[in-house]
Amino acid sequence: MRKLRFHPCGNFNERYEQELTIFETDFGRAFLAVGLIILFAVVPYASGPYLLYVINMVAITAIAAIGLNILTGFTGQLSLGHGAFIGVGAYAAAILSTKVGIPFILAVPFAGLITAMVGVLFGLPSGRLKGLYLTIATLAGQFIIEYLLVHWEGLTEGTMGIVLPGISIFGVALDSDRSFFYIAYTCLIVMILFAVNLMRTSYGRAFIAIRDNDRAAEGMGIPIFPYKLLSFGISSFYAGIAGALWAYYMISITTEPFNLGLSVEYIAMIIIGGLGSISGAIYGALFITGLNEGLRWLTDILMGVDMFSKAGFSMAPLRELAFGSAIVLFILLEPRGLAEVWRIIRSNFRLWPFSY
Amino acid sequence: MEFFIQLLVNGLSIGFLYGLAAMGFVMIFKSSSVLNFAHGELMALGAFIFLAMITWAGLPVYLAFPLALAGCFVLGFVVERLFLRPLIGEPLIYVIMLTVGLASIFKGIMLFIWGGNLYTFPDFLPAGLAIHWKSINIPPVYVVSIAIGLTFLILFGLFFKYSSQGIYMRSVADNQPAALSLGVHVRKVFALSWAIAALVAGMSGIVLGIINGINVHDLSSLGLKVFPVVILGGLDSIGGAVIGGIIIGLLETFTGGYLSTSLRDVVPYMALVFILMVKPYGLFGLVEIERV
Repeated sequence: MRKLRFHPCGNFNERYEQELTIFETDFGRAFLAVGLIILFAVVPYASGPYLLYVINMVAITAIAAIGLNILTGFTGQLSLGHGAFIGVGAYAAAILSTKVGIPFILAVPFAGLITAMVGVLFGLPSGRLKGLYLTIATLAGQFIIEYLLVHWEGLTEGTMGIVLPGISIFGVALDSDRSFFYIAYTCLIVMILFAVNLMRTSYGRAFIAIRDNDRAAEGMGIPIFPYKLLSFGISSFYAGIAGALWAYYMISITTEPFNLGLSVEYIAMIIIGGLGSISGAIYGALFITGLNEGLRWLTDILMGVDMFSKAGFSMAPLRELAFGSAIVLFILLEPRGLAEVWRIIRSNFRLWPFSY
Repeated sequence: MEFFIQLLVNGLSIGFLYGLAAMGFVMIFKSSSVLNFAHGELMALGAFIFLAMITWAGLPVYLAFPLALAGCFVLGFVVERLFLRPLIGEPLIYVIMLTVGLASIFKGIMLFIWGGNLYTFPDFLPAGLAIHWKSINIPPVYVVSIAIGLTFLILFGLFFKYSSQGIYMRSVADNQPAALSLGVHVRKVFALSWAIAALVAGMSGIVLGIINGINVHDLSSLGLKVFPVVILGGLDSIGGAVIGGIIIGLLETFTGGYLSTSLRDVVPYMALVFILMVKPYGLFGLVEIERV
């Protein structure tokens, strides 16, 4: 049996492989295993239906947020069209399962692939544009996709929406919240594994090189345009999977949720969680979903108070205010997000009593 | 033919408003190269400040208008000092997201105070300003808005071309480190440009409010329609903003009149993608040559 690895008191790495390890110590591995066991064995049984719904939404949101972080955090291409891509995924899954009659287990990856293709299509402007201009192009993409979803009625039923069949895998009906929990979290873990490992390959390093300095990257022999398209494709694939899961979970979908507000929400997630960090995307998804539910709860309480309900109080202004403040405060005070906060807390413990 | 001329006039007047709205946006971009997603909300704030001065404080229009503009000017200063200044030198995405966050905050505040209803200003323009020519009617508000817009356009053109402050602003937008090393007070320039931009935004918000009434949601979605306009005209050209606005306005009304009304709202964005692919720096924008 090999020796357990602990944190060394300095950086003694001699080879690149050591830098690239996912788990620095065996404790990390053990904690992850324990965490996974708790997640899969305890959480779905210990939480009530509402809490389970929120937990499921966190998984879906986290998948899409990881996708956006690959594009924005790692490749440096700010996209304002992620919400629309999620919509494309949701509609692709809905159309595949109702009109084509493809089973759930195939519809979700196919929806991801279709969204990836749409993402590559809308990533094409990145061949000529960068920075601000690309952001504006993705903004236009958001509006165009939104328009197509509403008005291409032959395919999407327009504002009527589509009702999906329940989830069943190989004839076994799995339409309770608890079974969806297992599906969603299995997807999430597969997607996390893929993303973490992608960033350790030459592709991931090429993305980071493009983000840090595109001219230098080109000089080092990275063909920028294909890599940007690849990044758009992967990011949209994540969005598509998340959208497909969402569609199956919500059962009936309309075009309404997939607006610019959703895109902004996802950018807020990766900024609050931490740009260029896979775990950051998950923290961000947790934070924003939590914030949404917290605000709903707060509004319900305030609506009960006579003074507020008479004044025509509604959730919209409160939500806008809370969202805006969260984004602004994180950018001003901790631009590297919750992932950095967590890292500081951890290193404080590790370096105690000599932390600073 | 009658229909065509009516559409033409409608398109021109809507387009001029877009141009007016885009001017403040171009101001900020020109002097600090910040893409301001809170522009629509700044316009709405200006209009609401004006409304509050007229209805709540009961001030006469000739006093309320300059006071509201002064309020916007101060607001721009405050926003820059509190939110934008800490971000000087930070990556682009943070600055863009900060303006998105600011947009949410402003919108939330306005929804808290005024709600999502439509407000109209009391009618105070003399009817004698209207222009009648054959079958064409141009109501007085449009005449006034065109006059105000042209005045601001000329003023800003002169300001950027000849005044030293305007040249500082252009130098800062062009190359911050170089401007700093040549002794330009970059922070002062930023503060001033945000203040002026908020003023212009407030002005266009007020004019738009006189014409269409003010509503938080309408004005903030108009703030997004500014993007096709400024991309078409060139991100750093004030005259281009007006011409881009007119082209987009015409495009919108003609699509609405001849093709379909539902296509109307999305056609500017289709044009936007097309322009970005063909001529990314717009009609009058400064072309940055860079080979990658």
